[in-house]
Amino acid sequence: MIGRHAPISITVHPGTAKDGESENFNPIDINPGDTISIVGPTGSGKTAFINDIEVFAQGDTVTKRKIRVNGEVPPEEFVRDPARKPIAMITQNTKCLADLTAGEFLRMHAEIRENFTDNICTRTLELANEFTGEKIDADFKMSSLSGGQTRSLMIADAVLISDTPILLLDEIENAGIFKDAVISRLRSFGRAVIFVTHDPYVSMLSDRRIVMRGGEVISVLRPGDAEKEALAAVRGMDETLSDVRERIRAGEIIGGGSA
Amino acid sequence: MNVKLMVVAGPPSAGKTAVIKNMIRHLQSHMKVAYLKVDVVVAFEDEELKEEFGIPTKKVYSGDLCPDHMGIMVVRDALEWAEEQGADVLIYESAGLCLRCTPYITASLGICVISALSGTHAPLKMAPMIALSDVCIVTKTDLISQAEKEVFRESIRKVSPGMDIVETNAVQGTGLRYLFRLMDSAADIGDASAAELRGIPPLGVCTVCIGKNNIGWQNHFGVIRRMDDADNIYRGE
Repeated sequence: MIGRHAPISITVHPGTAKDGESENFNPIDINPGDTISIVGPTGSGKTAFINDIEVFAQGDTVTKRKIRVNGEVPPEEFVRDPARKPIAMITQNTKCLADLTAGEFLRMHAEIRENFTDNICTRTLELANEFTGEKIDADFKMSSLSGGQTRSLMIADAVLISDTPILLLDEIENAGIFKDAVISRLRSFGRAVIFVTHDPYVSMLSDRRIVMRGGEVISVLRPGDAEKEALAAVRGMDETLSDVRERIRAGEIIGGGSA
Repeated sequence: MNVKLMVVAGPPSAGKTAVIKNMIRHLQSHMKVAYLKVDVVVAFEDEELKEEFGIPTKKVYSGDLCPDHMGIMVVRDALEWAEEQGADVLIYESAGLCLRCTPYITASLGICVISALSGTHAPLKMAPMIALSDVCIVTKTDLISQAEKEVFRESIRKVSPGMDIVETNAVQGTGLRYLFRLMDSAADIGDASAAELRGIPPLGVCTVCIGKNNIGWQNHFGVIRRMDDADNIYRGE
């Protein structure tokens, strides 16, 4: 078991590109513990790719891809019963729920997911607060949360309340959260994680990179040790940029040539 | 009568027409489809669908009359018209104004369309429209997070615990395979004269209904309520 769900392996089978031609890639397997990034220009089909996984597409999405679970057509309750769904997805959109507080939202979601673990809502809030600098309180209205707070709460919710073996994260780095903390926590929970990302550091931290163009998968890379040195350098740059970002936010003038 | 009736209800802008386009696309491979739109003042859907799919369409404007009242009046004629056109299926799209009225009919497939963006409590406000349907299509789910989708789904289940819920991005038709399955197993309307409304429409015997436009209970008779005794007269669940 990973979380409250049995471990599963997912396979993505090719569909068609935006020009109607068949995609040309070998079926992609996603196993427990995998970290995968989906990269490519805006509009290249990255979000559509994880949407296919989220809805367990059976040739009925715009991409015509098919998803198999443990080699078979997934059972219907995987798609339709939230308590059985082995996937949690966090998108760039969190627009409604204006009428609930964060605490109410978590309680309601825990009930739906049939997660009756002790103090589940408190633990979820605590985890969310590891990801954001602005503390979230259970009494805060969902509609008053900042982008970073919402995203942090949704990630913590996916890990602890949905508690699924597979997590799909759509551009998490855009919302002012501590991405290092997020990635290391996700690793420590042993989930398969798929990132849609424009962030070089997040991409390079993943074991595999799926490269998209014009709605289709054009290659699947496993950089391995080939990027080891570059990863260290990018980590340094990322730390520098984070530091500059925080100083700019704090109202500083950034002097000197090396920041 | 060998025509299947599919009634599509839901508030304005929920995505009823987008769902219907997917329904027609699916049905057209093996059936002939006719379409009826009942609306209040303006509707373009009939022309749009006729042009896109080349199917027989009709539109009825209700004007000052309640559009669901109008629908109740004309639906038998519409079934006969659909049969004359050689149609196997009549899709009847409601105006979607009053969420209290439920235009679903016995021996029809009742399809309720609501938008995932309409708020967590929206299903409770639209309770009769949801509870009397056979399947509830939640649209625009691509615009909210999965956790919110689950909370919205639960809100529908509060209204109707066993409700069949289908989540979709209706523009792309994602996830509608479950709706198609229900459509394919839908029965014919049979004896149209025996078909009835599933729910009782709101009481409509009062001076507002006959066009008296003063405000305040003092000016009316029939079904009247003062604020302090404005209890529910919510029938038909």
